[in-house]
Amino acid sequence: MGERADVWQGTLALMVLKTIEMMGPQHGYGIARRIEQTSGNLLSLNYGTLYPSLLKLEQEGAIASEWGVSENNRKAKFYKLTRAGRRQLEQAARNWQQTTAILDRFLSPVEDQA
Amino acid sequence: MRLWRRIRAWSLRLVNVFAGERSRRTDRSFADEIECHLQFHIDDNLRLGMSPGQARREAILILGGLEMTKQSYRERNTIPWIDDLLHDLHYALRQLRRSRGFTVTAVLMLALGIGASAAMFAFADAALIKPLPYRDPNRIAAVTESVKLFGRANLSYPDYLDWKRLNTVFSSFDIYGGGGGLLNTPTGALPVSTLRVSDGFFHTLGVAPILGRDFRTGEDLPGTANIVMLSYAGWQKWFNGRPDVVGQKTTLNGLPYTVIGVMPESFDFAPRAGTQFYMPFQAKGECDLRRSCHGLEGIARLKDGVTMQAALAEMKSIAAQLERQYPGDNRGQGAAVDPLSAIIVGNVRPILLTLLAGAGLLLMIACVNVASLLLVRSESRRREIAVRGALGASRARLMRQFVTESVLLVVLGCALGLGLAYATMRIISGLIPKFMMVRTPFLQGLGLNSHVLLFVAGIAVMAVCLFAITPLLRLPLNRMRDGLTEGSRGSAGRFWRRFGANLVVLELTIAVILLVGAGLLGKSFYKLLHVSSNFNTEHLAMVDVMVPETLYPKDEDTVRLQQQILSRVGALPGVESVGMTSTPPLSFNGNTNWIRFVGRPYNGEHNEVNMRDVSADYIKTLQAKMLRGRAFSEREDGTKPPVIIINQTLAKMYFPNQDPIGQHIGDTDLSPKSIREVVGVVDDIKEGSLDQDMWPTAYYPMYQDENNYFTLMVRTSHSEESILPTLVSTIHSIDPGLGTADPTTMEERTRTSPTAYLHRSSAWLVGGFAVLALLLGVVGLYGVVAYSVSQRTREIGVRMALGAQRSSVHNLVMREAGRLTLIGIAAGLVCSVGAAMLMRGLLFGTAAWDAGTLAAVAAILGLSAMLASYIPAHRAASVNPVDALRAE
Repeated sequence: MGERADVWQGTLALMVLKTIEMMGPQHGYGIARRIEQTSGNLLSLNYGTLYPSLLKLEQEGAIASEWGVSENNRKAKFYKLTRAGRRQLEQAARNWQQTTAILDRFLSPVEDQA
Repeated sequence: MRLWRRIRAWSLRLVNVFAGERSRRTDRSFADEIECHLQFHIDDNLRLGMSPGQARREAILILGGLEMTKQSYRERNTIPWIDDLLHDLHYALRQLRRSRGFTVTAVLMLALGIGASAAMFAFADAALIKPLPYRDPNRIAAVTESVKLFGRANLSYPDYLDWKRLNTVFSSFDIYGGGGGLLNTPTGALPVSTLRVSDGFFHTLGVAPILGRDFRTGEDLPGTANIVMLSYAGWQKWFNGRPDVVGQKTTLNGLPYTVIGVMPESFDFAPRAGTQFYMPFQAKGECDLRRSCHGLEGIARLKDGVTMQAALAEMKSIAAQLERQYPGDNRGQGAAVDPLSAIIVGNVRPILLTLLAGAGLLLMIACVNVASLLLVRSESRRREIAVRGALGASRARLMRQFVTESVLLVVLGCALGLGLAYATMRIISGLIPKFMMVRTPFLQGLGLNSHVLLFVAGIAVMAVCLFAITPLLRLPLNRMRDGLTEGSRGSAGRFWRRFGANLVVLELTIAVILLVGAGLLGKSFYKLLHVSSNFNTEHLAMVDVMVPETLYPKDEDTVRLQQQILSRVGALPGVESVGMTSTPPLSFNGNTNWIRFVGRPYNGEHNEVNMRDVSADYIKTLQAKMLRGRAFSEREDGTKPPVIIINQTLAKMYFPNQDPIGQHIGDTDLSPKSIREVVGVVDDIKEGSLDQDMWPTAYYPMYQDENNYFTLMVRTSHSEESILPTLVSTIHSIDPGLGTADPTTMEERTRTSPTAYLHRSSAWLVGGFAVLALLLGVVGLYGVVAYSVSQRTREIGVRMALGAQRSSVHNLVMREAGRLTLIGIAAGLVCSVGAAMLMRGLLFGTAAWDAGTLAAVAAILGLSAMLASYIPAHRAASVNPVDALRAE
């Protein structure tokens, strides 16, 4: 296993939104765990940095939160996607795919066909 | 969309800044959430087989620290810098409230300085910066002829016509002239102020009537209809503001006039403020058509792209051309072209600038004082700052705390200062007499407008910078630990003492400058009031009388009327003697004539002298001295040989080694009927205003000239004031058709003359500034000395324990204070001579380096300074060495 990468500026929000979309309502720890797993443990994430990001998304109206009870009967705060959040996610995902596609062309150029 | 999300987030955060309870709830809720998070993580870790302690440690490690997380959450929840600002403000308020004495003193000083300078700035702004209420006022020039004696003289009508025809620099060029008129009213003839203007006068100013129409081109030519334009005030006063006034008939100077329009309320022609009736010029009479009779003034609008200088150059060359063309009439007649605004505010400009500078200096003293107070305070706050630093406050954060505190001080000072400025402006404009107010119509718009607020804001920013930097200079921001050590005292005082002392020297210097300025202005004013007028100004009543030409068309009738007035008024109880003059003394130099001497070579020069028509008893009534020859007799009228009396200046100037009595003086052509024999030489009666020079003056017998407008001078045996109503009613009882104006006494007139007023007001205001400056400066000195004594208590204790006498301790302190005072006074005296040179235009009969004033100021300041340092010196000397040493 090589070095673990830091989370790039601005990508955390996208990961959070996508994770919630995939998992449905989820608490902070669950989201953090899932992000780590999804990255195949390649990302080094301080779980604490997740919370300001969640707060920001909530302030922007992309997610909403409420207290609930987890499957192992613990009280926890659950975050779920709002409609605006879903739209934001779609748009951000599209943008990101486009960006990576472009970058990809630069990094692994296809040999000229001629 | 994205923008909307941002706004939503920021507003939520902003709300949280201010919602204290809510943000505490959020904090608690987040603490719960984090606790849950840790529990989940610990559970997982336990499942992986860690020990409970290890499981928790690991969880917190991956979280990135508990407090760190809470902190970054909190920062996201609110807006940190606003949050800090609120905290700082809160803290600053508490600090200021705790040291109430300091706060009150500092705010009061600032308010004083800011109030004074804002008020003065408002005046200067109204007078010097704000444009005149005419269209494009900077393009309007005041155009007149110029002669050696006057600088700006008057235009003659033929010259005006030539100037207007020949010039290429003005898009329009108009004239105005004339003054008083008599309006027929149901209660008799009343004097009103009128102005004869050329047809384009209002057009040149760029102001249109609100009712009726403007003058049309050509309506100012002779032989056209008698029409009149009303000022708003005239319309209100004489026509009760009737809307159907246009077309109404009115009788002025015995002639019927038709009203054609009314000017707007905001319009007043400042050089002739208060004019109620504007008539077209319509040249008539001998003077209007004579090239050498100068009675008009011009205004002109510059063509686009033409500068004042270019206009002046062209008018000068035209004047030179006319001088060649009419060598007899126009010899020495040049041209003067100045901005109209300079003519209107010309004489108040230096005074306002002086006052503004004075207020500025006062502000400087106030700021320096507050800064040194802050220094003292920062000294006593070393410990506090060190503690805060040790607890983790960053340098920037500490500095911001000081900025916040000074902002708070300055804001309080500004608020109070603006209130003070408003009150001051109210009081001062209430004190401005009406006659000054009409001359300075620009002051009517005085107020706390945007200019003043901007000015105060500028001051505030500078003050904040000063006050924030001052304590920082002093604070051990990088040596926090020193501040924490117990009993930090010794050498720290040295830097402060030197810096504080420099500030005090600066204060004292400024105080000296202001005191000297006030002293010089005061002395000038005294000199002005005691200028020798060479006649007795006490018990002298006066009133202007106007004789309508329509009632007294022939000169003999006028003479008979004048004789009747003299005998009737002379018979009034308490009247000692009565005289008449065409122009009263102490009013102005002007109304001049050119004279030529019979039997002397003449090459066309213009010997310009004041000309006055006076009655036989005039000189006796003034109690002026006849130096040679005789006064006029009551019988010297048109039937007797023409005679003339000259003043001493004229005699010395034109008859240096010769007895003037019996010599003959005539006009420039020596026309036979102009030749008069000199019968007397009178002492130099002051004709001009108090600060004007003595001019050569010639007096003609009243009855040998036509005079429809004259001033009656009445010498009384006692109260001259009480006779004024009788005087007016007596004249009206002779003929109700006569107009009277300005009944007053000579002393009142002198006291309220614009010259005296300007000198008096500047002396008082600068004097007020100086007293405040002295007070602040001395308080500052007291503060520095007292502080230095308190810092040196231990040293003094040691000295006394080692056997120093109380008197030597006393001397030690006084010596230090004395040194500062001496430096301050010396620097101040040098600077004030420089400052006085700058305002020497305002000084009258007083040199900028007037030794008496300088010495008096040095003495006053020295004494007050010694008094201020005596108290702390005394306290130092009465220190009990045992207590002083134990106190440490």
